[in-house]
Order: sequence, then structure tokens, then C-alpha cells
Amino acid sequence: MMRRTSWFSVTAIALGLAFLYLPIAILVIYSFNASQLVTVWGGWSLRWYVELLSDRAMLEAAFTSLVIAMLSATIATVLGTLAAIALTRFGRFRGRLLFSGMTYAPLVMPEVITGLSLLLLFVAVDWDRGFWTVTVAHTTLTMCFVTVVVQSRLVTFDMSLEEAAMDLGCPPLRTFLTVTLPLIAPAVAAGWMLAFTLSLDDLVIASFTTGPGATTLPIRIYSQVRLGVKPEINAICTILITVVALGVIAASLLTKRQRMQREGMVALGAVR
Amino acid sequence: MTTAKPTPSRRGAQRLVILIPYLWLLAFFLVPFLIVLKISLSQTAIAQPPYTPVLDPAAGWAALKDFFAELSFANYLSLAADTLYLSSYLKSVQVAAFSTMILLVIGYSLAYGMARAPRRLQPLLVTLVVLPFWTSFLIRVYAWINILQRDGLLNQALLALRLIDEPPVWLATDTAIYIGIVYSYLPFMVLPIYAALEKLDESLLEAAADLGCPPWKTFWLVTLPLSLPGVFAGALLCFIPIVGEFVIPDLLGGSETLMIGQTLWTEFFSNRDWPIASAVAVVLLIMLVVPIVLYQQFEARQIERGR
Repeated sequence: MMRRTSWFSVTAIALGLAFLYLPIAILVIYSFNASQLVTVWGGWSLRWYVELLSDRAMLEAAFTSLVIAMLSATIATVLGTLAAIALTRFGRFRGRLLFSGMTYAPLVMPEVITGLSLLLLFVAVDWDRGFWTVTVAHTTLTMCFVTVVVQSRLVTFDMSLEEAAMDLGCPPLRTFLTVTLPLIAPAVAAGWMLAFTLSLDDLVIASFTTGPGATTLPIRIYSQVRLGVKPEINAICTILITVVALGVIAASLLTKRQRMQREGMVALGAVR
Repeated sequence: MTTAKPTPSRRGAQRLVILIPYLWLLAFFLVPFLIVLKISLSQTAIAQPPYTPVLDPAAGWAALKDFFAELSFANYLSLAADTLYLSSYLKSVQVAAFSTMILLVIGYSLAYGMARAPRRLQPLLVTLVVLPFWTSFLIRVYAWINILQRDGLLNQALLALRLIDEPPVWLATDTAIYIGIVYSYLPFMVLPIYAALEKLDESLLEAAADLGCPPWKTFWLVTLPLSLPGVFAGALLCFIPIVGEFVIPDLLGGSETLMIGQTLWTEFFSNRDWPIASAVAVVLLIMLVVPIVLYQQFEARQIERGR
């Protein structure tokens, strides 16, 4: 593209970013509002955060959500990475079309359909709904995102590295662990984080597949929001936003350092 | 694909790598759809769970015959007979189509601006556009309730600027649904278009300019056609999930005409009519088959080409 920055570009970026960030900024600012009324500013205060600490139901829901998100993201990362390897490294195999279809479809599938169908499966096999059914449902949803992230990394790196290792007699599993895995590690980590946040975020599929005793944070927030806007909700949302923002910034710094190390190594190789 | 001949043990390992995710997806993605299909063809029963039981393989042939004899299209007939469902489907498609168009205009402008920004700023801009996507969907919709309330910040601002005398109602209107959707889906539209624009060969634009082509014509004849794959991907990535959207219309929209995701939710959770809810899901899926298949093929091609 032409590097000349026009007034159009500047306006588009400024308006676009304002549109994306203003609502979140307002939400965060109003979480520090001393007033009971959400629309009237009553000065700065940490009142709602203190009140949040005594809301046992909300804290329990947050804990349930965290455990489900970690567990399902981990299983999804393993399954999704295997699927990505199968799709990029094994060429044609029987049932490949169905396989790739099942991998990409959940990315755009309306959540109400996925949620309803999983629930009917759990009822059909008489599986008590609760913690595990939500975990399985989230694993199924998020593994496809992991596959896409890992796959796009697998297709871009040099396959001759793996071939060289195997030609030199390295067994496939060891080749994978010592050559492939370190190369795709950033993508695998990114896939895990994506799966984790998607699980933490999901309301619809969790509502369908959950049972007594497994209320996740979004379900809890949703039932509160339906009753009206409360400053306490602003506080829990602000905490979630902060956690996610810190995670993303840490991840981007990490990959930046890795990239610099890698580029440094390439430069070193060129000098030698 | 490697050139080395696979040894038997290696082929066994390959098979395992394929089988594990394959079986998982079969069990938790494909089979559930077949169950939905089956239940949509069964009749509502008063007993719990609220549908007649699925096939019992232990009972053999007789059961199989009963199974087919019991299938009925009654649920689909009632879908067609009740205008509630029809207007729900129409509303969903209309909202999805219209908001995809708004998203295209806003998303393209933003992506274009990003692609023309100084190169060292671009990674930062991409991160800034992606960052809201990482925060919860529910939170982002909730943020708008704060703003759009009758005495919320939007009306306060409009009153302060003396643009209005009487505060208009924003919440529980279609306008609020559109605002919520455009806000939530904007990153999905911007990123594919940006990816296409960023790859565009600059020398093409220079050549057009050198040959005396005015900027708007260069955009129309060169930039736009070359960015069409991104536009196409972004539009599908937004349109398909918006048709089945539940959270946004439920929290921001009104109660006069429901979108189909809300109708399905109500049938399931309030009316506890599982067969009708399944039939609603099957029809929705049939409506979306063509765009979903198009999207799949596009995605597979993109990845295999190596983005």
C-alpha cells in the first residue's frame, strides 16, 4: 500500500478505535462510581469491589468458570493440535473431507444449535449434566479454534527440517517433540489462550449443557444483568477485562522476544 | 507429505493422530446433530424428558419398525403454520444482512486506514483492534446497556449538546440490536479485509498513478477487486453467526419480533418443547448450509495456500 497517510485513514482509525474502546472505558470508570445509581456520578470509590468480595455465589461461579476454562482449553489444545497435524502433514486419507468439514464448521456455527445438540446428546446417553458436560462442550467448541491457529503456523514453516531429522534416523515421535513442537509452540500457546478465553466467555453453550451445581460466571452475570444494571456487575467486568488485557499483553511481549531471538539467530547464521 | 515410505509402526502412529480428534468430533459434533434431527421428527410427550425416547437398539427389528413408524413431520408442519416462526426467521436474516452491510462499510474503512498507516504502527493497530475481541462478549453487550439506557450517557450527552429536547428510547429497539452487533463483530470484519489489503502489491497502485489514474478510480479498479477475498471472508464470518445470535437481541432488543436464536431459546427453556426447538434448529441449519460450506472451502483453501 502507499505509505502516504491521508486524512481519511486517520479519521477512520480514530473513529474506529473510539467506537471500540469508549464503551469499555465507560464501563470501567463507572465501576469506581460511589453512587448507587449507575447513571449518576457520585465520586470515586472502591465500594463495589468490596461488596463483590462478599458475594459468595459470584465468587463460586468465577471459580467454576476458571477450572472449566483451564481444563477444556488444555484438552482442546491437545486435540486441536493433533487435528492440525493430521490436516497438514498426512496428505489425503479416508474421511478427510468430513474431518476438515467438522473442523471448520464449529467456527461459524450459531451457538444455540451447538448447545442444543450437545444437550440432546447428553440426555440421550443419560449423562448427568454439570461440570463435566460443560467441559466437554467447551472442548468441542474451542478445539477447532486451536486447529486453525496451529494449522496456519504448520503450513508456513519449513517441512524439510522434519524430513532432515527423519532421514537421519530420528523416530517420528522424537522428531515431533524435538523439532516440530518447539517450532509451533507459540501457536500452540496462542491456541490455548484463545480456547481459555472463549470458554470463560461462553454463555449460550454453557446454559444448555450445565446442570445443578455448575453455574459458570457468564450464566451468573447474565441472570444478574437481566434484572437490571448494577454497579457490582461493572466491578466484576472490570476485573475480567484487566485479567484478559494483562494476559494478551504478556503473550504479545513473549512472542516479540521469541521473534527477536529467532531473527537474531538468523542474523548470526548469516554472519558466519 | 514426507517422501519417506511410511513404516507400519509409523502408519499406526499416524492413524492414532487422526483417530483421536476424529472420534471426538464424530461423538460430540456430528452425532448430536443426528439426535437433533431425530428428535425434531418425534412427538412431544408429557413425560420427562419431554420427548419420546430415541431408538433402543436392544429391542431389535420391531423397535426399528416402530422407530420409523413414529417419525412425524408434525413439528415442521407447525413451524410452517405458525407465522411466529416465519417472521422470526425473516427477522434474523434481515438483521444479519443489514448489519453485515453496515459492518462492511465501517470495517473496510478501518482496515483501509490501518493498511495505509505507517508500517511500524501496524502491529500495534492490529493488536488494538483484536484486544476487545478477547474481552467477554457478554461484557461488551452489557457495556452498551449502561450507555443506551433512558437516562444513560448517550441521552445525557445528546441533551447536553442540545441536539434533542426529549430523550429518545434506545434500549429494546432494533437500533440497539444493530449497535450491539456492529460493535461485537467489528474485529471479525476488519481482520480478513486488513489481511487482504496488507498483502496488496504497492507497485500496482504506483503504476496506476503514474499512468494518470485518479485515486478514486485506482481504488475502484485495483484496490477493491484485489481485496474481495477478504471482504468475502469477513462477510461470511459475520453473517452466519449473526443469524443465530441470542445474547445481543435478548439484552438489547425489544420483545415484539424475536430473532430465531431467541425463539429457539424460548421454546427450549420456557415452553420446554424440545421437539419444536429441534425442528427450529434443523431449519436454521438448512438455511445456513450454503454459506457454511462456502466458508469452509474458503478457509481450507486459505490455510493450505499458507496465509
